[in-house]
Amino acid sequence: MRFSKCFVHLLVIPMLVGTVASAQEAPVPQPTPAPTPAPAAPTQTSNYFNPSISVIGNFLAVGGTNEIEDLPSASLRESELGLQAIVDPYARADFFISFSEEGANVEEGYLTFTSLPWDLLVKVGRMRTAFGKINTLHVHVWPWPDAPLPIVNLLGGEEGWSGDGVSVAKLIPLGDTFSEAILQVFRGESEGLFTAAKRSDLAFNGHYRVFRDLSDSTNLDLGLSYGFGPNGTSPDATTRLSALDATFRWKPLRTGLYRQVVLRGELFRSRHDQAGGTENATGWFAGADYQFARRWWIGVRGEASEHADVAAIRDTGLAATLTFWPSEFSQLRSELRRRRYAGSYTANEVLFQVQFAIGAHGAHPF
Amino acid sequence: MKTTRFLLVAVIFAGLAISAQAKLRVVTSLQDLASIADAIGGDRVETFALAKGYQDPHFVDAKPSFILKLSRADLLIVAGLELEIGYLPPLIDQSRNERIHPGSPGYLDASVGCDILQRPTQAVTRAMGDVHPYGNPHYWTDPENGRVVARAIAARLGELDPAGKATYEANLSTFEVRLTEKEREWQAKMAPFAGTKIVTFHESWPNLAGYFKLEIVGTVEPKPGIPPSPSHTLEIVNLIVAGKIPVILVEPYFDAKTPNYIGDRTGAVVLTFYPSVGGIPEIKDYIGLFDYDVNAFVNAMRGKE
Repeated sequence: MRFSKCFVHLLVIPMLVGTVASAQEAPVPQPTPAPTPAPAAPTQTSNYFNPSISVIGNFLAVGGTNEIEDLPSASLRESELGLQAIVDPYARADFFISFSEEGANVEEGYLTFTSLPWDLLVKVGRMRTAFGKINTLHVHVWPWPDAPLPIVNLLGGEEGWSGDGVSVAKLIPLGDTFSEAILQVFRGESEGLFTAAKRSDLAFNGHYRVFRDLSDSTNLDLGLSYGFGPNGTSPDATTRLSALDATFRWKPLRTGLYRQVVLRGELFRSRHDQAGGTENATGWFAGADYQFARRWWIGVRGEASEHADVAAIRDTGLAATLTFWPSEFSQLRSELRRRRYAGSYTANEVLFQVQFAIGAHGAHPF
Repeated sequence: MKTTRFLLVAVIFAGLAISAQAKLRVVTSLQDLASIADAIGGDRVETFALAKGYQDPHFVDAKPSFILKLSRADLLIVAGLELEIGYLPPLIDQSRNERIHPGSPGYLDASVGCDILQRPTQAVTRAMGDVHPYGNPHYWTDPENGRVVARAIAARLGELDPAGKATYEANLSTFEVRLTEKEREWQAKMAPFAGTKIVTFHESWPNLAGYFKLEIVGTVEPKPGIPPSPSHTLEIVNLIVAGKIPVILVEPYFDAKTPNYIGDRTGAVVLTFYPSVGGIPEIKDYIGLFDYDVNAFVNAMRGKE
């Protein structure tokens, strides 16, 4: 949604401007022969290859009572430091380091080989797994301040599924329709989801995505995912996950600054081997977001999910959001949320989120 | 079975690639650049513009369908000056096409050599709004910059497709002759209005204003990319009244509500002014863009008299 674009639209941080701007302008050929520009000062040239640096702050305040998910009243939930640069003619690197009250954590850190043959794109390192759509996105580009229930209940928690390993993506054009197949192999370890007892315990994920422009102003994005890995309950126990995601966007190009609609939904299924058999759990969420003015969005979300290990426990939720962007680089969002846990306990809460970005944060994939 | 099918698909696509190889595939960020590339490349090229002429060129979605276009491109022409920074870098990274990576022969930054205005002379911060640290990226609204771009495209096409070099050079001189002729016509039409003070919505027009000797005295946006505010709107109203400013130029993708309000309060004409080819279907090419805008401006000014 548009917020992704906000952070997407990056500018050079003030600190770098003096050096980068003057340095980059120098090589521009002049229409008339210009005197040779003076060489940049040594300190400037040494800054040349520094990565783009950005920090995104994510502040969350919560009101109401919730005995199950007891979020703090106020917290700087996450500060995401992004460091991004081209490595060499063959690859680029992206690091996203997340600082929270629990400490610092490399959320993602990977090398992307961008010059491979056969329409391949290979990533190596730690990355969010291409499982479904929301799981692939950083928290700050979500259309809500919180993770939907199926992510929490079926993918091991708010952080979702990420892994250390290799990702191979192949472009498979279907005429004029974009389609891509991704295969990922990770160490069988992801908090709350997979546990690798031995070196050969690996997690796998496959994702197939089709994207088509239905018209200039509408497009449809569909994805199918299947993954599995060791869940640690017994030596051979695995959790098998599948997901279906769909996103429909409407954005009339001429008035796209002011009006947009995004409809999205994902369906998840988990098969969790455990003592006494395999637990089959499902979950879903569906949401609609409408931009009704240049800086304003409203949205609704419905969600329901069983628990991966006890499918009999099913949580449901309903939320409404209102978002305001003072500019492309900051965002205020409030959410009214009602969640009903295990069909018995209901929590009504209000979440208030402030997000702000400084520096040059690389554009996110659509 | 799967391998056979895969091979079959691969063979079909290889076949398509060969049959289409006759034409050089040029992808541009703007329709204006595509139009110039069409004029220079003629039948030897096939162009596709990522942003439509009626869309705000700063805010383009990085749609995967563009990845497909870029993966097959022989040449990518960008406006540069960070106009495309919000969407193009991830598309290039995912294109699997190293020929169009910045620095490769298949990547052409059209701003190189153009007359770029408003290059910041002091450190810029985001407190100034959505400023471009390398200068104003709307430089193609000066037809002389269009000429520079055409020359750069002709040279680059000649490098990528040496067999067509003579054709590109011939097309370039046809384009330049026509542009020169047209520039005389536009200048003659606009000459009576030299020195006219104007207000614009966004900072899209300094190049055009400089070329036609118009004077931009204010913008409806308080700062680039920041929507109109009541206090700033009042300032603009006062400015227009005090300076007897006849016209407010508004790009087609902005909400005309505030400009219309200002127009109602002051009597200034609110003119939808098109910065790009394809802004409306009548504007079919780069020369047509100036034909349309010059006529619209002249008619608006005549209406005032």
